[in-house]
Amino acid sequence: MARKLPKKDVVIVGLGWTGSIMAHELTDEGLDVIAIERGPWRDSPTDFPTNYMQDELRYRIRHELFLRPDQTTFTFRNKMDQTALPIRSWGAFMPPNGVGGGGVHWNAETWRFAPSDFVLKTHLTERYGASFLPDDMTIQDWGITYDELEPHYDQFEYLCGTSGTAGNLNGQIQDGGNPFEGPRSRPYPTPAQKQGYGHTLWAKAAAELGYKPFPQPSGNLSRAYTNPLGLRMGPCTYCGFCEWFGCGNYSKASPQTTILPVLIRKSNFVVRDNSEVTRINTDRSGKRATGVTFVDTSGEEWEQPADLVILSAYSMFNVQLLLLSKIGQPYDPAANTGVVGRNFTHQATSSVDGFFDSSKFNFNPFIASGAIGMCIDEFNGDNFDHGPLGFVGGGYLGQVQTNGRPIETTPVPSGTPKWGPQWKTAVRDNYLSSLKGGSIHASFYSYRDVYLDLDPAYKDRLGRPLMRMTIDFHDNEIKAANYLTDKYAEIVKAMGAHQVDKKPRKGPYDITTYQTTHLNGGAIMGADPKTSVTNRYLQSWDVSNLFVLGASAFPQNAGYNPTGTVAALAYWSAAAIRGQYLKNPGPLVHA
Amino acid sequence: MTIRRRDLLATSALFVLSTASAHALEIFGQLPWSPNAGNPPTPVKPGPWVYFTGAEGRAMEAIADRIIPPDPQTPGGKDAGCAVFLDRQLAGPYGHRDGLYVRPPFQPGAKNQGSQSEAGPAQQYRMALAALDRACKAKYADKEFAALSDADKDTVLKGLESGDLKLDGIDGKAFFEQAIKDIQMGFFADPIYGGNRDMVAWKMIGYPGARYNYLDWIDRHNERFPLPPVSMTGRAEWTPKG
Repeated sequence: MARKLPKKDVVIVGLGWTGSIMAHELTDEGLDVIAIERGPWRDSPTDFPTNYMQDELRYRIRHELFLRPDQTTFTFRNKMDQTALPIRSWGAFMPPNGVGGGGVHWNAETWRFAPSDFVLKTHLTERYGASFLPDDMTIQDWGITYDELEPHYDQFEYLCGTSGTAGNLNGQIQDGGNPFEGPRSRPYPTPAQKQGYGHTLWAKAAAELGYKPFPQPSGNLSRAYTNPLGLRMGPCTYCGFCEWFGCGNYSKASPQTTILPVLIRKSNFVVRDNSEVTRINTDRSGKRATGVTFVDTSGEEWEQPADLVILSAYSMFNVQLLLLSKIGQPYDPAANTGVVGRNFTHQATSSVDGFFDSSKFNFNPFIASGAIGMCIDEFNGDNFDHGPLGFVGGGYLGQVQTNGRPIETTPVPSGTPKWGPQWKTAVRDNYLSSLKGGSIHASFYSYRDVYLDLDPAYKDRLGRPLMRMTIDFHDNEIKAANYLTDKYAEIVKAMGAHQVDKKPRKGPYDITTYQTTHLNGGAIMGADPKTSVTNRYLQSWDVSNLFVLGASAFPQNAGYNPTGTVAALAYWSAAAIRGQYLKNPGPLVHA
Repeated sequence: MTIRRRDLLATSALFVLSTASAHALEIFGQLPWSPNAGNPPTPVKPGPWVYFTGAEGRAMEAIADRIIPPDPQTPGGKDAGCAVFLDRQLAGPYGHRDGLYVRPPFQPGAKNQGSQSEAGPAQQYRMALAALDRACKAKYADKEFAALSDADKDTVLKGLESGDLKLDGIDGKAFFEQAIKDIQMGFFADPIYGGNRDMVAWKMIGYPGARYNYLDWIDRHNERFPLPPVSMTGRAEWTPKG
């Protein structure tokens, strides 16, 4: 029997970016807030020290900062008629764990989605006609517009001190920025990061081909910055240990560097770490959450009652908690009914490696940051005419190489043996004069047969069913991957590479090779409770004192990294709670 | 007090997380901080095999030297310490799959569903190295793998790679794929883990190692970085001899 703790105004499940943002906003409102975090407390000087964080084996290969699969994992299959098997060791993505969540070990690529991404179904239908979309594609509008979200993108960027070059200031296109971006109300808080040789050369070649390259928006800061909470960050030192690693230099925007030192000092905030929420409790009507139940490290169960429940775990764990708590109707792909688990997506990344004459080119690939790089946006979203191409969606193309860490980043030209003297020579001759993994960061739209549900066979350490992922690429994503990869390869060729290795994403979806950790959907937002789990304020349609934050709200994925949008949505939701909900608790939208 | 270990922990443990030091804490009031609270890595100590038997160690060093053969400029996998690296890894969390999901049922699946093996790397290496020596003895006049000529070793390894040479009781092709990965990993990992001895791999490619500040170098395009590599524990020259 769970022991009952004293009631709080708010319980927050998971203290990553969205949990930290929401905790800060609601404690400012005077509410008494507790955050319950599955992983450990972590902080920069103790957990990411600059004297041993540069350890590729420990952090990149052995996943030190990530959730351990023995705590919980997922099962995976491509098709509904297959048996899903457990992911025993992480591959295609790396779920975060611990205070700070993915904000600790992200690359800090801080993008906004395009205005058309939020009204995707309407936009594509108007431009190309409904019959242009594949029959089983289930994309939909978000129920919110870019303009509504803009102040909250701005809020997050100023929290982080994001470094970048504006491309569209209040409708005026700016030189050097992304001319395709939605209008922003003010410039980035800090100027763009400096770029290495490879990034610069790529941008020059892209410009010569007629594109408009711009620096990737970066949460690794170009200069010292004091954020609106009074927290100070230092300039990034381009150490090349960013993604998978925590930053001990206070240069990467994270909850640790931008929120937690202020939040933890508030008398109305507490965090309980190493404690896993196992369900959201509801009253007899099932329409009202009464709090959560969690398990501590000794295995004891506790009940934390609260008036307001904020679900801010990693996207798929949000969906899992909804299913285990029996909140919302589970999605059934055969009958095409229900919503929880529906419109699950990931990313469709492709890449191109370029090999150059080592007597003329020296890229020093180890000098980099997580969000360094130059990009073009000509082939993202609907910035180009898809009519003749027979697919929808796209992505940014970028020379965004983040590191020269040698276990991972010792590329050899295709055709080189995997071992032996030729391999050794090729590694030696190409390390400094190759560019690896040029990024094609493409969208993954939603489909009727790509979804999440509870696995019938495999259980976690607490005996709960694992989440089952049923996911595969569809022709649309494969066509896009081939098209975008060809475009990228032209740029690398124009840079002067003597060998260009194209690596377009191929099916079937593979759980063993890393793409991104951008898994989205499953608890999507929208205008209609028949096709969404939450309303436009991320408030559960079924339980009005439950808000579900994070990328689980994305109806489909766009061709950008998600964190900017995830955080902006958290601010948007917080503003609705502060401005509307608390005055009159209940549904903010009447269906 | 800003951290309370409350009475939550008083009852008997029903399970233990993989991090032994993890206890549920309530944190409030100020950032918890104590001096030297970090968790630095433990350097591998030289010395005898920890996991491998003598025969396994010989075989693994011989394999390492074919995956990464010595050349006049750079030692091979054996002298770079790659087998020592692997030995210590197999003796540790990697070998025993600490933290991984090892619950049954174990059923075969598609390759893109990831390894579903019931045996962990430590057990797989043990089985594969024994099977490899048996296969070599059967084919090469009772010689174990380490005793073969370089040409014969390469023939055997190419057979594993293509799948033409089968090992009894274990997938030889998957074993060799893993061995390539692990040996090359040892070559490039920080020398504190036992491989990349004297940072030979980093010197070979021009990687300057565990540095964390290139602010002065981000603008210096197409110039060779001049400083030699440094490990997490510094450089041999920094440590007085004797």
